[in-house]
Amino acid sequence: MIKFSNVSKRYPGGNEALRQVSFEVGPGELVFLTGRSGAGKSTLFKLIPAIERPTSGSVLVSGQNVSALKPAAVPFLRRNLGLVFQGQKLLYDRSVFDNVMLPLAFSDFSPREAAKRARAALDKVGLLERERANPIQLSGGEQQRVAIARAVANRPAILIADEPTANLDSDSAAAILSIFASFQQVGVTVLIATHDLALIERAGRRVLRLEGGTLVEGGDAA
Amino acid sequence: MNAWLSQHLQAFRGALRKLAAQRTASLFNVLVIGIALALPAGGYVVLTNIQDLATRFSLEPQLSVFLEPGAKPADREGLEKRLKAEPGVASIRFIPRDEALTELRKTEGMAEVIAALNQNPLPDAFVLKMRALPPDQMEALATELGKLPGVGHVQADSAWARRLSALIGIGRLGMGLLAALLATGLVAVTFNTIRLQVLTQREEIEVARMLGATDGFIRRPFFYLGALQGLAGGAIALLVVAGGLFLLNQGVRALAETYGSSFQLAFLAPGDALAVTLFASLLGWLGAYLSVSIYLRGIEPR
Repeated sequence: MIKFSNVSKRYPGGNEALRQVSFEVGPGELVFLTGRSGAGKSTLFKLIPAIERPTSGSVLVSGQNVSALKPAAVPFLRRNLGLVFQGQKLLYDRSVFDNVMLPLAFSDFSPREAAKRARAALDKVGLLERERANPIQLSGGEQQRVAIARAVANRPAILIADEPTANLDSDSAAAILSIFASFQQVGVTVLIATHDLALIERAGRRVLRLEGGTLVEGGDAA
Repeated sequence: MNAWLSQHLQAFRGALRKLAAQRTASLFNVLVIGIALALPAGGYVVLTNIQDLATRFSLEPQLSVFLEPGAKPADREGLEKRLKAEPGVASIRFIPRDEALTELRKTEGMAEVIAALNQNPLPDAFVLKMRALPPDQMEALATELGKLPGVGHVQADSAWARRLSALIGIGRLGMGLLAALLATGLVAVTFNTIRLQVLTQREEIEVARMLGATDGFIRRPFFYLGALQGLAGGAIALLVVAGGLFLLNQGVRALAETYGSSFQLAFLAPGDALAVTLFASLLGWLGAYLSVSIYLRGIEPR
């Protein structure tokens, strides 16, 4: 589902964030991406929805070469990806329900179908009864779950999350993890970037480890 | 198709909500647009009215042929025959000098002046109603008639209409320039108001983009916002013009009555009024387009 081949990313100014990274995540896998701050996790994360482009190498998502995608095609790539951003990026000027509706507003669903999907997504993260609330009224863990509901509202085949358990206590983090696991069980490919080693240990899943921009664990043999 | 329509409806409703949420600011924006457009639109109305008036006169052009004071009756008869043979002449009326004097006496204030004279200073005259002729042919004919024996002076009434129409042409050009300048100003005003809107919604735009919104989807509500402001501004401009005409017409009617005319300034033709509002909303749309496009290009990742 996600395939990196010899991907390097060099920022203007010479900072090389990723060096010859190669790995593949198969359909329905749940994989952790880890490493210290500045190891290149966020950069790698941004290459998948084409927020940034690799300097060299290729990034394939569902067989599509993301690194060569025309700007006009990028929105349609992103609709097939569920993105959970670092810091959630919820909109506090509207209700939980309207936050989840956001990605559905520009999909080709009828308003009724969109509302149905938004409620289904909220139900999956256990927040259906809070749909009228403003996100600011929710706890950190609940806000994270709203962000996940927003990411999965479009029912994407791939779900990627950047530090989804940052600033959460271990119970909330475990709850978030079990939500991701439940999506994986229904066939969604999940990639979680985190430096929460306890979480990774508890999950016991495949781990990709970055060190100074190089993949030192879990990558392809090449 | 259904989804497309509902997205447009949604964008339209979103734009209305934004207008309503910032009622005071929107009102003043609309006022700026309306008043700025009222200037060229009002100027256009006045010019059009003057031109209508001018055409009405020049459609029935007259030639006045004044005889020399000492013209012999034979000259007069010869001239009358010559004029009747002229193909451009529709009708001829002879006004003897005594009748002309009687007419003149009826004009307010003139009776005393005439009483002070001890003889009639007026010449005999032929008033010719002409068929519609191009102004230059009229003038040529006037010159020709002026050379005939017994003719003192020939007055072509088309000359002033021609000068007026040239003046109106200049006025129109000026109004066009004014309209172009103000239109540019309006695009700039909308550009800035929409830019402010965009900046207050920066976060929403960023998130929507990440979640797969096309630039078209992001632009759409702002286009509607700009176009709606323009449309409202256009309506205000029409109101201002209508109000201005109402006030002006009270004076114009009084003036026209002294000429025995029921003339008054007419409002824009429905087509022109529609054009003003559509043009205004087009300007609003353009300002919004530039604003959002420049913003989106600025946040494009490399």
